[in-house]
Parts: sequence; structure tokens; C-alpha cells
Amino acid sequence: MSIDKIRVQVTGIEQVAPLIREFQLKAVDAELMPFSPGSHVVVEMPDTPRPHRNAYSLLSDPRDGGCYRIAVRLQEHSRGGSRYMHEQVKVGDELWITPPANLFSPLWQASKHILIAGGVGITPFMSYLPELEREGAHYELHYLYRGKQTGAYREQLQQSLGERCFLYDADAGARCDLRELLSDQPRGSHAYICGPQSLIAGVQEVAAELGWPASYIHFEAFAAPQPGNPFEVELSRSGRTLKVAADTSLLEALEEADVPVTSLCRGGVCGQCLTPVVSGDIEHRDEFLTAAEREKGNCMMPCVSRAAGKRLVLDL
Amino acid sequence: MRMSPKPIQSFRDDFTYSNSPGAIARFPFPFPEDEYMYSVNIEPHVTPGPEGSVYEHLLDIDEHYLSEMHERDLVLKENPKRCLAMPHMDLACWDMIDRVMTCFAADYPEHFSLEREGDHWTWENKLLNIKDSFTFGDSSTLPMPPMEYIGRQVQGDFALLDQRDGDLFLDAGIVTCPADWSLAFDAGMSFKEWHGPVPLAHGMGVFDRALKYLCAISQGRPVRRLNWTLTINARMDTSPETYPQWGTDRASVTPDNVGEKVHLRVELQVLDRMSRSNALMFSIRTYLISMNDLVTNPEWAKRMHRVMKSLPPELIEYKGLTRYHPMLVEWLSRFDPAN
Repeated sequence: MSIDKIRVQVTGIEQVAPLIREFQLKAVDAELMPFSPGSHVVVEMPDTPRPHRNAYSLLSDPRDGGCYRIAVRLQEHSRGGSRYMHEQVKVGDELWITPPANLFSPLWQASKHILIAGGVGITPFMSYLPELEREGAHYELHYLYRGKQTGAYREQLQQSLGERCFLYDADAGARCDLRELLSDQPRGSHAYICGPQSLIAGVQEVAAELGWPASYIHFEAFAAPQPGNPFEVELSRSGRTLKVAADTSLLEALEEADVPVTSLCRGGVCGQCLTPVVSGDIEHRDEFLTAAEREKGNCMMPCVSRAAGKRLVLDL
Repeated sequence: MRMSPKPIQSFRDDFTYSNSPGAIARFPFPFPEDEYMYSVNIEPHVTPGPEGSVYEHLLDIDEHYLSEMHERDLVLKENPKRCLAMPHMDLACWDMIDRVMTCFAADYPEHFSLEREGDHWTWENKLLNIKDSFTFGDSSTLPMPPMEYIGRQVQGDFALLDQRDGDLFLDAGIVTCPADWSLAFDAGMSFKEWHGPVPLAHGMGVFDRALKYLCAISQGRPVRRLNWTLTINARMDTSPETYPQWGTDRASVTPDNVGEKVHLRVELQVLDRMSRSNALMFSIRTYLISMNDLVTNPEWAKRMHRVMKSLPPELIEYKGLTRYHPMLVEWLSRFDPAN
């Protein structure tokens, strides 16, 4: 029952906001499996010279195994993935995805769920909502966006959630007062944030001031490797040397050279791609390693982290 | 199943349990090196594994199927609390039903079949003469609670771990053949709490690393590890609840009966992510082999001696071997040419 990848066909594409496209995916050979709210898949795009692999939240109803839906925001500084999805992918095309994984699931014991979405960060909450409804859970959604770029699904959300839906269109001058939002929430409320780092940090800061326990705040950042300086990497076991370009992650460079490294989230969160380092200074950019582990300098997460200098030697 | 199930044998009282030559050949011998080393030793459980091996399918069933299901029934009748599921684990229990039935029907079609029409499922288990139709997800349509219903049809102990905030909680399970741990005692505990008693490993950061790894297991990518201990007599149920019945067994080992009394007990542990609930299914499949049967393989005999001889005192104590360990090493030494 081990499943490495699932072949899917794009059965529908819809522009759901000025910069966001939704893709409907159906399995080619089998049935898609049900998933849990907050799950994501990694989509592999067969671009040249190298494929792109980006993680996207599933936004369909978790109990619906007929079709998965994802939404992709065109990134201004796209490393190729979002641009490929927007410009190359057509209805009828085939893509490969991983089975769903979940690093952002709701805590069912919460007395109330406060969902805070920024822009395309609405996507994981789209799979929360049907389950929250089925559970009869107490919840509210705060959706921050720029109407000229994002804001997908806001009309349908407002219609179905009614007064539990709060919309803030920055392009129309609407601002969300986080202090007001987080004050006077019932004891045992949990907050979930998906959006840019600035939104996550903002909520964390206000919540801490108001005395929320840190364990009541859950977040998922947009996980994508950021470009950096090019460097060389030597593989001590095989003696090979690879070049890592400025806009390529170390993990991508290893994959391109057919060096097997297990990976999952590709955003420095899950820890699957942990790789031993023999020598060289590391620029750690992940959320996984502890400060003590970083200090030792003997391992790194190649999905996001890079060399601090010109060269790294890996125990591969 | 390459091996047909044998008639019921016992894991108590007269201990009629025995392994056929085929079962001995596929026994998951757990020691890759002469010296015993503590490690996390988790690896991907890629299926199908080697044909006929215990790794061929996600969940292994073998010639002891009927015996183990009979033993489970005896344990549950004595103490129904050996099976439990907290209310929030209902969906996870149904995930487990889905996984077990779907895999069994595909992997052992001569014994099991599953028909699905939407939420209307019909399940047949020919080995236990069970045929039931039910509505998937509706526990009132099963003859008993979902964990007990499926647990009574699958070899090995099962726990369902709820994942919350980067930790795992033991919130449901059916545990009738444990190596000295109790579901009722560990229920609701977090990962580190239920590993509290394990010596040596804490200082090594083994549990922090393992927990992060387990939390990131995704659907379709199960992992496995082997664990081991020794058990006196072919006793499946060595639980704290029944300690008065087996605790004194250790005193019954003599130099003359080591070969028949002492059993290597190996657990094939598999962790598999559940679809709808995001729970982790933890299956603990126990294999027992007497020293007499084990030494029929000269490589295993030699290695067993070396591993037992080099075992750290903390582990001898933790695994409860203190009383007969020297006798066992002495008995095994005759199979090691180095002596």
C-alpha cells in the first residue's frame, strides 16, 4: 500500500481572483484518497530544464475523493512553479502529485476556532470549513486580501458563513485590527493563521501581549525556498561536485543530479530531508532544527537552507 | 498468505503454540549486528516487500491467525478494557476499518472480500465466518464498536495516535498481546510520556527526533521498525494486568529447559497515516519463536549468543531478563564457534 506519486489529470481551470487560478485534479489510474482538513500535496511540473515541485493546500471537501482542488497564486518573483501553472498548464494535461500530508490540522478539542487567512492563505481553510460544519464546531473566519490581486472565494464564503465571515479588502481600505480580533475570545479558543510571515508574526505578537498560550496559535507559512547566492556542493561519498544556481534550492540540485533525498513539505518544516554536513558554513533557513542543532553545523535542511559561503561538503 | 492458517493452538495453560518450518524460515530475526545497539531503526515500509516475507504486505497474517484471534477473544472476555477508543477517535477507527479491509481484500483475496457501493459496504472474512453489511462511518450499523469489530479480525495489537500540536496521543487501541505495557495505563498519554520508562535513549535525543519524524509521515508512506524482548513460554498476553499469571514464569527456567521455555519475542511495528482523521495507526505484530526453533538456523544461533552476551545491564533489567540471562548466555554459547 505504499504510494509514491499519483498521476492526475487537470479536468478544470478557473480564474478565481486576478492573480489566482484554481485547478481541478482527477486521478488517472485510481481513486483519490480522502484526506484530513489542512492537508497539502506537492505538485510536480515537468518543466525544462528542471521540473518544479511546489506544495499546495487541498481546498476541496476532505470527504470528496472524486476530485482534488488547489489554487495557485502567480508569484511576482516566481522561481518558475507558479508561472508554469498559470501559463503552461491546460485542461487535459497530466501532472504528478504526492499523497496528501498534513502539517496544519485543526485541534478538535478547541472551544472555538479562529481562522485568519491572508490572500491565497485562504486555501487550507477551504478544507477546514466543511468539517467544522459537520462537527458543529464554533468558529469564525477572518479573511485579509487585496481585491486587485487575491480574495478568491470571498463571495461564496460570505454567503455560506454569514456573520461568521469577516472580510478585509486592503485595496478598499479595510484593515483588520488584530488586537480587537483576539480580545474577548472565549477561553480555550485556538487561532490558525495561513498567510505571509508578517501576518503570522503580527498575530503571534498581539496574542502574546494578550496572554494567549503559544500552543493555542497554529500557523502555516507560505513555504517556498527563497533564492540566494550560487555555491558548490561536494558529495563526500561519491566524490561528485554539483553547482547550485542562485534560483535553485540545494534539494532541487540534488534531485536533478539523481541523488536520492527524502522530502515532504519542501518548505523547511517537516524535517524529512535532513542531510548530514561534513564541512562548510550553513545558512539555516528552516523552521525544523533547534538552535543547538544549528550550532553544531553538522546537518541542514536542503529544501530551503543554503551555503553561507562558496562551498559545502555533504555526507552523501 | 503463503501459509494456510492452522487449527487453534494455545498461548496459555498448556501452550500448544508451535511454529512450522515455514514460519521459522520467515521469522523476522531482529539483530543485524553481533553487538546490540540502541537506535531508532525506522525504515520505509515499502510494499509489496519480498514475496512470502513478513514485509510483503502492509499487515502480515500467517498460520497463527485463528489462534491469535481466539486468544484475543479470551483476553477481551476477561477484561473488556483491553480495547478502548475515546469519543474523538471515532473517525480514526473508521479510517482503520477502511485500511484493514481494503488491504486484506487486496492482499489475501482467498480469505477476505470487500464490496463498496458509496457508503454501503459489505465485508466477508471467510476465516472467521463473518459477513456483514454496514454504513461506512455509522458506528450504529456495526455489531460492536468499530475498534473492537476490526481489532477482533486482525493479528497484532493496534493503537491509534491522535496528532495534535506536534505531538502524538494514545487515544484508542486494542491491546491483548503486549510486551508488558498497558493500554488502560497509557491511554491519553503523549509520545514522551508513554516512552518514559525506556532507558538510555532519552539522553540521545532519540525521542525528539523520532517524534518529529513520525509527525511528518504522510499518507501512502508507512514506516516500520522491529522491537524485541524475551518471553518465557509462548505467552502472548504479557500485560501488567495479568502479571500475577506470568510473573513467576521467569523462575521456572532451568539449564535443561532453556530451549523450550525461552522465546524471542519480536514486534514488527508499522506506522501508517490515516486518511480522514490524520491519526497514525500503530500496529504491533508479535512473532514468538522458542530458542530450540531459533537455533535451527546456525547464523541466528551464533548472533543471538553474541547479542545476549553484550547486552548492557540497563537493558537486561528493563526487559526483565535478569533472573535467567546468565543461563541463557551459557546455553547459547554452545552454538557459537568462537567459544
